Amino acid sequence: MLLNVLSIAVILLCSIPLALLFGTYFARYVFAGERHLLPERLTYRVLGVNPNEEMTWKRYGLTLVLANGAMMLLGYAILRFQSLLPLNPQGLVPQNPDLAFNTMASFITNTNWQAYSGEVSLSNFSQMAAITFMMFVAPASSFAAAVALARGFSRREFGTLGNFWVDFTRAIYRYMLPLAFVLALFFVWQGETQTLSANATVNTVEGETQEIARGPVASLSSIKHIGTNGGGFFSQNSSHPYENPTALTNVTQNLAMLLTGASILYAFGLTVARRKQGWVLFATCFVLLIGSVAIAYPAEQYGNPILTEASADQSLTADQSGGSMEGKEVRFGPALSSLFSAITTATETGSVNNMHDSLTPLGGLVTIFNIQFGSVFGGVGAGFIYLMMYAIITVFIVGLMVGRSPEFLGKKIEACEVSLTVLAMLVTPLFILGFTGLAMVWPGALDSLNNPNAHGFSEILYAYTTGTQNNGSAFEGITDDTYFYNTTVGLAMLFGRYLPILALLAVAGSLAAKKNVPETAGTFSTATPTFAATLVFTIVVVGGLTFFPSWALGPIVEHFQMLEGKTFTLGD
Amino acid sequence: MEARGNNEINDSVGSLVRPVVVSSILFMVVCGLVYPLLTTGVAQLIFPYQAEGSLIERDGEVVGSELIAQQFTEPQYFHPRPSVTLDNAGEEDLPYNAANSRGSNYGATNEALIEQVRQRVADYREENGLPSDATAPVDAVTASSSGFDPHITPANAEVQLQRVAEARGISEDEAQTLIEENTDGRLFGFIGEPGVNVLELNLALDELGG
Repeated sequence: MLLNVLSIAVILLCSIPLALLFGTYFARYVFAGERHLLPERLTYRVLGVNPNEEMTWKRYGLTLVLANGAMMLLGYAILRFQSLLPLNPQGLVPQNPDLAFNTMASFITNTNWQAYSGEVSLSNFSQMAAITFMMFVAPASSFAAAVALARGFSRREFGTLGNFWVDFTRAIYRYMLPLAFVLALFFVWQGETQTLSANATVNTVEGETQEIARGPVASLSSIKHIGTNGGGFFSQNSSHPYENPTALTNVTQNLAMLLTGASILYAFGLTVARRKQGWVLFATCFVLLIGSVAIAYPAEQYGNPILTEASADQSLTADQSGGSMEGKEVRFGPALSSLFSAITTATETGSVNNMHDSLTPLGGLVTIFNIQFGSVFGGVGAGFIYLMMYAIITVFIVGLMVGRSPEFLGKKIEACEVSLTVLAMLVTPLFILGFTGLAMVWPGALDSLNNPNAHGFSEILYAYTTGTQNNGSAFEGITDDTYFYNTTVGLAMLFGRYLPILALLAVAGSLAAKKNVPETAGTFSTATPTFAATLVFTIVVVGGLTFFPSWALGPIVEHFQMLEGKTFTLGD
Repeated sequence: MEARGNNEINDSVGSLVRPVVVSSILFMVVCGLVYPLLTTGVAQLIFPYQAEGSLIERDGEVVGSELIAQQFTEPQYFHPRPSVTLDNAGEEDLPYNAANSRGSNYGATNEALIEQVRQRVADYREENGLPSDATAPVDAVTASSSGFDPHITPANAEVQLQRVAEARGISEDEAQTLIEENTDGRLFGFIGEPGVNVLELNLALDELGG
């Protein structure tokens, strides 16, 4: 137990120096910088854009949405014509139209919800040219949006937010590609495959035949985490030994998930010339993340009392990890599994090293509320945007309490910013709760469930939660490749992605145009532990008030059912 | 409001067409083809064994992957964790099918899970000659996430030890030594869980003869 807590603590603490290092790099060379490197100059020439062109928030947002739309279409075409394209050693057939729409909506929005199983649905070409491609451009797009939002705070009386193409290209060339390449080789060294060969067929020791799927896994696995994408090469994602073979790859994947989001926070502090502000935002996320692990790990380690009743020994001893092991791997055990689950949901990555559907009810609850908050580091760029939404709400509430017009980082926060922020915040409950409600009454939608009773409700709640917040993990038991789920989850992903980004770009545009308000003794400083605590409180209360009823209907009631030893059969 | 300095503003929507179309193709080529193919080339050059799947050969024939569990049912072999994988079409049970990874996705209060665990406990007792009230290590009676978890816990190996040693006519000490040799420890002594690699252990047992 002590070792497990120690390992969790050490892994989490490692994210601090990494955020410092990469945050500094971001602030100097990715968010800003006059020089354009040679590959960048070539790219701008091929694209036919002027890197010195400045964009208003409207043009910035329009460019982002149109570029993403074109990329999504191209990816869709690749999936639909898979059988005519090269590198398809298994001869796999194309995805049907609604599944291909869902898949591409999922990957362009950084969600990576997968209604298909990679190894039996996608050719090596599709895994690279459609999936791996999306895994760069989707986070690079929201990375760019975050840079633009940061500029909104740092600029004074400016009409523009920078150039989308420059921010987007730099995120890929100066950060994601080089790091993904190095990490991929590291993962191969540890045992992830990187090959274009067809499945291996082996004659086993007992004389049976075993077919083993493999492919260009490592190159996908590295960007999967750096870009908080989360979509697996294999159906079982980072629990598959070819996609996360050792404790070392597991730790690396944890840190890679935290890296980009945490570094953006620090870089933001530097960009607005308030280093402490970066730490305050980081600390807010860090506290919430620790809180979620502190619920999930004990729940998973305690295990399922119904299984104890069935003579499964779940005790923690020197010779076994014990705990809830259904849907978990021995090399990770409950500790590294619950830590992975907390991080992948907090950062909206969505990769999994254990099956979330088989988490204990409280472990499952943690994954759901982490995703719903959306701001505990959050996805690349998008997490920063959500956190700033909560920060704006927080300064507004504080302003109301002390009776001053709210200010944030030297900018007056006025009706325009607050209205846009509140509207953006309503997107999440609207699509999560609205679609969950619709699925509960839609004819046939409940036939997709893999688990009965309260847990079945959680499967649906999780599906729309993960879709709207662009996480991508699932309570995987649900049969999600149906017309209804492909369409509704696809829409939830698109709206959940672009509405908040556009709203906050509008906020950024409005802020950039404002004058700076000089700080006085009466100014409520946002670079203090008090502000961090208030922000944590706001996130928990606003998130909690919005979603608590849904938790109560799903995981919370299931927890008490489990303690009572009640079991359920599907169809009863 | 005008932008400052030498920066220019361009408001025509038409001027977005070319960059939007070209960027999707360009970045597809760079990120979706050049990057993974370059990675494949370099990985094949410096880590060819891992890149191809860590496949183990015995007498010149591939018998499995050190990272992928395979089915063992005979008493002289250690048995891996239960698997609930299906065939490639996703229709029939096909345990340890490493071409279509799958977990059960059963929740904690699902009667189907509890029944499976009860059945596995009964089977485990019978295989290993345990008394009817013996408990089973949890990893031995629950399905892994991948469907081919290469490891079992040392506790699980400990229980199976007697059966294997008896079936092979070797001493328990010999088997114990092999278990320890084929246990992957914690990272830096404190991160992750120790696991006994079942395939490697069984190959080592065969090597020993008996």
